[in-house]
Amino acid sequence: MPHIVVENLAKTFQVAERDPGVWGAIRGLAKRRYRTVHALDGVSFSIEPGELVGYIGPNGAGKSTTVKVLAGILVPDSGRCEVQGRVPWKDRIAHVADIGVVFGQRTQLWWDLPVIESFDLLRDIYRVSKSDYTRARDELIAMLDIEPILDVPVRQLSLGQRMRCDLAASLLHSPSLLYLDEPTIGLDAVSKLAVREFITRLNRTRQVTVILTTHDMDDIEALCTRVMVINEGKILSDGTLADLRAGVTKERWLIVDLVNGEDTVTDSAANVVRRDGARVTLAFDPERVPTPELIRRVTANHAIRDLFVENPPIEEIIARIYRETKS
Amino acid sequence: MRPYWAMLSARFRTLLQYRAAALAGFGTQLFFGVVIVMTYQAFYSANTTPQPMSLEHVVSYIWLGQALFALMPWAPDADIRLLIRTGGVAYELLRPVNVYWLWFSRALARRTAPTVLRSIPMFITAMLLLGLQPPASLASGLAWGMATVCAVLLASAIATIFGIGMIWTISGEGLHRLVSPLVMLLSGMLIPLPLMPAWSQTFLRVLPFRGLADIPFRLYLGDIPPSSVGPMLLHQLTWVALLALFGHWLLSRAMRRLVVQGG
Repeated sequence: MPHIVVENLAKTFQVAERDPGVWGAIRGLAKRRYRTVHALDGVSFSIEPGELVGYIGPNGAGKSTTVKVLAGILVPDSGRCEVQGRVPWKDRIAHVADIGVVFGQRTQLWWDLPVIESFDLLRDIYRVSKSDYTRARDELIAMLDIEPILDVPVRQLSLGQRMRCDLAASLLHSPSLLYLDEPTIGLDAVSKLAVREFITRLNRTRQVTVILTTHDMDDIEALCTRVMVINEGKILSDGTLADLRAGVTKERWLIVDLVNGEDTVTDSAANVVRRDGARVTLAFDPERVPTPELIRRVTANHAIRDLFVENPPIEEIIARIYRETKS
Repeated sequence: MRPYWAMLSARFRTLLQYRAAALAGFGTQLFFGVVIVMTYQAFYSANTTPQPMSLEHVVSYIWLGQALFALMPWAPDADIRLLIRTGGVAYELLRPVNVYWLWFSRALARRTAPTVLRSIPMFITAMLLLGLQPPASLASGLAWGMATVCAVLLASAIATIFGIGMIWTISGEGLHRLVSPLVMLLSGMLIPLPLMPAWSQTFLRVLPFRGLADIPFRLYLGDIPPSSVGPMLLHQLTWVALLALFGHWLLSRAMRRLVVQGG
């Protein structure tokens, strides 16, 4: 049975608008104009237990709205949504007892309390038994390496420390489903890696289903077996990263370091997409010209120091999907 | 009960740390108490007709009010206001608890912790130096104690409703301006209710606000005999129950229209 089933979910918001300036403000008093925003416009998907799904889209695409509906804190206008057979907003208390949520931009810890007291408070709020709590807490403390900061009040933590504590806090009651809303936002490289490694381990060893929204494509490449792309309230793509790539473009990049930085590289089957000093990036379609063939031609015609072939970065792919839906 | 008790005690412990605020509050209440008492002394010395309350009782009533000032639900609670402004309210809704009682627990801590800090020095100062009399009798003291517990519940129920109201208004500033003078006037904090005009007495008796100050204070003074404590507590608790029901209803409506803003 799927962990999450979503069918045809729709949610619209009324956004009050006014013209700029003083006159606009005065007119707004008498007559409000409203614009209807389709935050969700027929969203459907289903997620199996233990999946680690990346949910991506530009700002305002409907990601957070989806997560809020799945978390039971927002009621959609229409459509079906079931998490483990429960309708989140109708059965809120039973539903939220079995999910964990981390909003990267907000903390769920109590600002004035030491971290460990926040944990103890959450234990009481979730009514976790002593033995279960101790086991989960100690395991999380070890996995996230937060032992040294347990007695520090939350307001004194760095963002990276706080995020690790927030992750622990969201899992003290051993939920089967975890929503992570931009968990790596603002983190430095080391903290990002620590968070990613933790999410992978959690998903593998505890079989926790994870839904991850992010703008960081490295998160997606490092973590997710499946990616859903949403824009303007509609799901544009749903599948593995390889599927996503193949759906947009078959293009591949040949990156060449020239001996002489003044040289130009030309080939009938490839075009230059980027040039930084002696490094030239050529885009080509491997179905039109096989990779070895192109390499042979380029190396025959130019003095080359080094070369390598790679896929266009995932950012590039995603940006193209976003742009295509704009038009 | 466990989640609510945990929230109450955590908030209580946090709020007990605000000692500087308590000291400032003590100073303010002392100043206002002295001014108000002097005003009444002037009125009473120029007065020739008999009043429904003696000056000694009025003075004690005023000092009780100043000592228990922090109990009053005269502003939406800062922590709920912050939760709503920052979107932290999303996390509150993600807890497997009844959100009304969770907020009620917060409100209860918000009423009790600062009151404990401020009332003790104020009681001592006012009793030794400023004319606050001890309870009229042991029975009056006990009746006052019970009515004060009910007043705390009543104040928390009212504060919780203001907190829920902020889901609509977000800033809470307007609510504060509107509610604060109303509570002050109708509870007896500003003018002891027996001194209010005769025509207003019926309304004042029915409304919940007298349960905040007037009922416990007059039980303390013996102005209401300890034998009538039953109906007084009943009045307070009936309003607590009604307000809790209303609060639940209001919150369920608020949650349907709640939009947790931003990413």
